[in-house]
Amino acid sequence: MTQATISAGDTAWVLVSSALVLLMTVGLAFFYGGLVRPKNALNTMMMSVVALGVIGVQWMLIGYSLAFAPGNSWLGGLSWLGFNNVGLDPNPTYSATIPIQAHAMFQGMFAIITPALISGAIVERMRFRGYVVFLVLWATLIYDPLAHWVWGSGGWLLKRGALDFAGGTVVHISAGVSALVAAWFLGPRRDYRRVPIAPHNVPLVLLGAGLLWFGWFGFNAGSALAANGLAALAFVNTNTAAAAALVTWAALDLARTGKITAVGAATGLVVGLVGITPAAGYVTPMSGLLIGVLAAAISYTAIQIRSRTKLDDALDVFSCHGIAGITGALLTGVFATKLMNPAGGDGLLAGNAAQMGVQLLAVVTTVAFAGLGTLGILALVQVTIGARADLPDETAGLDLSQHGEEAYLGTDLGSLAGPGGGGSLGGSVVVESFIAEPTAAPEPAV
Amino acid sequence: MKLITTIVRPDRVPEVKAALFRAGITGITLSRVSGHGGEHERFEQYRGTALVMEFHEKVKIEMVCSEPFVEPCVRAILSSARTGEVGDGKIFIQPIERVIRIRTGEVDNAALTAVNADAVQRAAINAAGMGGVA
Repeated sequence: MTQATISAGDTAWVLVSSALVLLMTVGLAFFYGGLVRPKNALNTMMMSVVALGVIGVQWMLIGYSLAFAPGNSWLGGLSWLGFNNVGLDPNPTYSATIPIQAHAMFQGMFAIITPALISGAIVERMRFRGYVVFLVLWATLIYDPLAHWVWGSGGWLLKRGALDFAGGTVVHISAGVSALVAAWFLGPRRDYRRVPIAPHNVPLVLLGAGLLWFGWFGFNAGSALAANGLAALAFVNTNTAAAAALVTWAALDLARTGKITAVGAATGLVVGLVGITPAAGYVTPMSGLLIGVLAAAISYTAIQIRSRTKLDDALDVFSCHGIAGITGALLTGVFATKLMNPAGGDGLLAGNAAQMGVQLLAVVTTVAFAGLGTLGILALVQVTIGARADLPDETAGLDLSQHGEEAYLGTDLGSLAGPGGGGSLGGSVVVESFIAEPTAAPEPAV
Repeated sequence: MKLITTIVRPDRVPEVKAALFRAGITGITLSRVSGHGGEHERFEQYRGTALVMEFHEKVKIEMVCSEPFVEPCVRAILSSARTGEVGDGKIFIQPIERVIRIRTGEVDNAALTAVNADAVQRAAINAAGMGGVA
């Protein structure tokens, strides 16, 4: 292979798509951050932001190799550790027209956002250090093998013909199921179903949802790994499904409560994006629309049921990513057609009922592997450095107890009064205070 | 001298302020408060959860009046803050022992009269005459 075969257009699109997917993790921080209470806003946002750091490093050092280097059908090899042998030439196994480093970065952004998705289920009660360790272990032990099974060369689900265009199983089902397990393992927040817990900043939720939609074009259309018709198809399906899901969710809100809600619109569009992810490059736009409608309806129902239980999946990651992801993966087996993508496959409606079996196999294995794996990792974290935050830390808020910061300063009287005399804080900034001599009190005029 | 504290609906504040100014009560202090009265609880829907909001947003206005202004003040509030629905608020009146203006050291009634009280009152009456809410 020489660099002469590199396509400038394809490379440009994949690099831009990588940046778009990076923005999704920032969008996720806003989406989740707005949904929690003010005292946990920074912690919740940091659960996404820190993934940009630690998984960015993990992916470069070991993740990409475990997922995509030549290996067996269960795991990639170690030959690409530290991006060793990951050069500027294309690797025809993955894409014949872009530098393999572009593929590595694009996939790295997926590895970053996937574990960050889980955090929504466990907000407002997890120890931050324990979370960071969980993040690294989950990416290494769950995400990297899964990505290899479905997308890596020789992966066993790839060989069986499982269709997952942009990560319905690898990203959304795995994150959704892990979220469910993590929410159960950590137990509910102390305040759950005890006092009203409302989103503290719905505009942030809408900002986050908008960034997720924007970035998702890179996620899905970028998964064509080329600037071609397939990318356009995935783009069209992505937008159509998100729009259809938003409309469906709004209609269900209206029917149930008499009002269309902003949080509902934001949730609906995200669910549509999740649902279309495995199908984006395999189905017609009309099927894309149906997938958006069905994913929204099923996920909406799941949230109604979940919120009546004691299971504190705080931001409904399982309903939004797990349920919608499973819906999308199975519907891919129904609607896929080679008329849209000859390199893809035919589904049930195109006369290939067997595809449903393969899709189901991929779903069931992902659920079992991610669920059990998450349980093991959390148990390990719990007995070593601790997973659940102490009760006083939880009630004080994780911003203060985990980070020593607050999201919203400057609104209370303390900021008017200035710094106090905390003499024991060695490194604290000492602000010199000038006390003006008071002017002599005037003689009373009466 | 009396301390008059009133709790009113936030959406009535422009009318209450205008009525107080017209009555010559131009020194007022406002705070946003939350409270529980006889009103029905309000419901908010977030995804699958219906939240019961027990506390309602109100505005608290405090003013200290010399005796001749107390009844006009009460009338101004009653005429401007009332909607007739549950939740219109309350007026509390307490005696005040001393008042001192920090700038000059003036005490009691002399300290209570705002320096621009007449101008503010005139402007409020004119605005009302023109059909506006000052």
